[in-house]
Amino acid sequence: METKTIDIPVANGDEELYRLRMGPQHPATHGVLRVDLDLDGETIVACHPQVGYLHRGFEKLAEHRTYVQAMVLTDRLDYIAAIANNVGYCVAVEKLLGIEVPLRARYIRTMACEMSRLTGHLLWLATHALDIGAMTVFLYCFREREELLNMFEMLCGARLTTTYPRIGGVRQDVTSEFMERLERFTESFPGWIEEYETLIDTNRIWLKRTQGVGVVTAEEAVSLGLTGPTLRGSGVDYDIRKHRPYDAYEYMDFEVPLGEAGDIYARYRCRMEELRQSNRIIRQCIDQMPPGPIVSGEAPDLVMPIHGHRRLDFQASNSSALIRFMDDNRLYMEGDVYVSTEAPKGELGFYFVSDGSGRPYRMHIRSPSFIHIAALPAITRGELVADIIANIGSIDVVLGECDR
Amino acid sequence: MEPLEIGRLLQDRFPDQVLEIYTHRGQAGVLVRRERIVDLCRFLRDTESLRMNHLLALCGVDNSRRKGANLLRFEVVYNLYSIPLQHQLRLRAQVPEDDPVIDSVTQLWPGANWLERETWDLLGIGFAGHPDLRRVLLPESWQGHPLRKDYPLRGTEPWQEYEDLKAHCQQLRQFDFYSQNAPAGTDENNG
Repeated sequence: METKTIDIPVANGDEELYRLRMGPQHPATHGVLRVDLDLDGETIVACHPQVGYLHRGFEKLAEHRTYVQAMVLTDRLDYIAAIANNVGYCVAVEKLLGIEVPLRARYIRTMACEMSRLTGHLLWLATHALDIGAMTVFLYCFREREELLNMFEMLCGARLTTTYPRIGGVRQDVTSEFMERLERFTESFPGWIEEYETLIDTNRIWLKRTQGVGVVTAEEAVSLGLTGPTLRGSGVDYDIRKHRPYDAYEYMDFEVPLGEAGDIYARYRCRMEELRQSNRIIRQCIDQMPPGPIVSGEAPDLVMPIHGHRRLDFQASNSSALIRFMDDNRLYMEGDVYVSTEAPKGELGFYFVSDGSGRPYRMHIRSPSFIHIAALPAITRGELVADIIANIGSIDVVLGECDR
Repeated sequence: MEPLEIGRLLQDRFPDQVLEIYTHRGQAGVLVRRERIVDLCRFLRDTESLRMNHLLALCGVDNSRRKGANLLRFEVVYNLYSIPLQHQLRLRAQVPEDDPVIDSVTQLWPGANWLERETWDLLGIGFAGHPDLRRVLLPESWQGHPLRKDYPLRGTEPWQEYEDLKAHCQQLRQFDFYSQNAPAGTDENNG
């Protein structure tokens, strides 16, 4: 495989590199990302991303909460596609505790997951195009995103921080009005995707800004740990929905779009095709939605323990799931699992260590944004300073997830 | 390949390094010593029948409140996956309390760079041979490593640097934009 060779101009001894501080309050950094750039003229010699401005210590907080309580933390990771995080968390906890999820709940979750992928990708397209200078796409994308958020509100009452799934199923069933509205949406959405493509796909400025810029080879992408559409843009066929199917993905018929060139344009094309595939999956979920219960009988109750940390003194009838979850006594299996799901940004993994109590002993979140930002210096080395904006947009990061 | 089989293959190749092989919920893990972790990872990555080229996650765990025969105070967990062959394995390298250092795997996976920085930042496990071992999520001047079990969830006093920053902001507020001579000490950005 051919690797990228970069001819970096070296500054003369008497010429200093210019240090440009971009962010953390910069509209194109998608949150509170600070990037320190060492510039020689317009060429980036080195790029030093600084993160942590949004660090809230979720991993530490989760150790002091029960599995049910810790779920609300996951909404605040990738807050533009919250359900995907919730589902990722629930799938991991179910694996850890050995809970079987009913089929209907799995279908609902898959549907909600793909809806959140649409919201995530639409926001990505909107801001990415805005960063490069295409204002209209932003307004078009937000029109559809608004419709999706309204449907989230219909589904669970919240638009952004949803906490809709629960361990062992989902919190409430879908209504027929919701299903009809979603069906209408899926019918018109392919037309809207074509609208976005008409706006930018043949736009000369867009092509000049994206083609051949930010090239990552397949080998490089894997060794940097890139995942999701950012990896698939380089032609690596790795989608967790196909490799390690969770929820109802094994029953779904969809394709994994792959790029070839590994540049910004290839990643853009991948995500646009993913919008179509997600729409297809939602459609299949609506058509095949099976009847049945929406939550497993083994699922922990949502009732909170009294005063958080107090140990409750239950006797004899400690078979109820409620008691098991509220009590700190050793009732669970000790052990550890690593489970990952395909979030809109890439592979969202949860590594849980259980010591048998009702609280996670250790929860590690493998957030795609953190790893993508870490790869930014390797991707942007030797490029022009104007392209750093396009590059940050194309690796699709959100800082809530990066900083945790 | 079956995950347990990979574990046994590893044990045949490095008999003195592997402490224990186990499965939990269908996932296999191997407890190993820390001394030859880079060789172990290179073996898993480069062997033709294994080709575990994707580092899923790297994180540290504080074992001080967890019981186990082969556990030391810390461990560094490597979740590995093979994209072409689709199998997964977990390595758990044990790190003692008195010398919490392990060799860095950044030479194998450049993507491990920030993951190791994060482990240093939050757990205080050092990585020998790491190109740039600094804190990543917390400020450089932070005291302690929060994910250790003896680190409290809630602090007892306000963070001093925040007070300093507030004082600095107050000072910057005095800046006179219309004056020719800026007051001393305000032109230096603290970023």
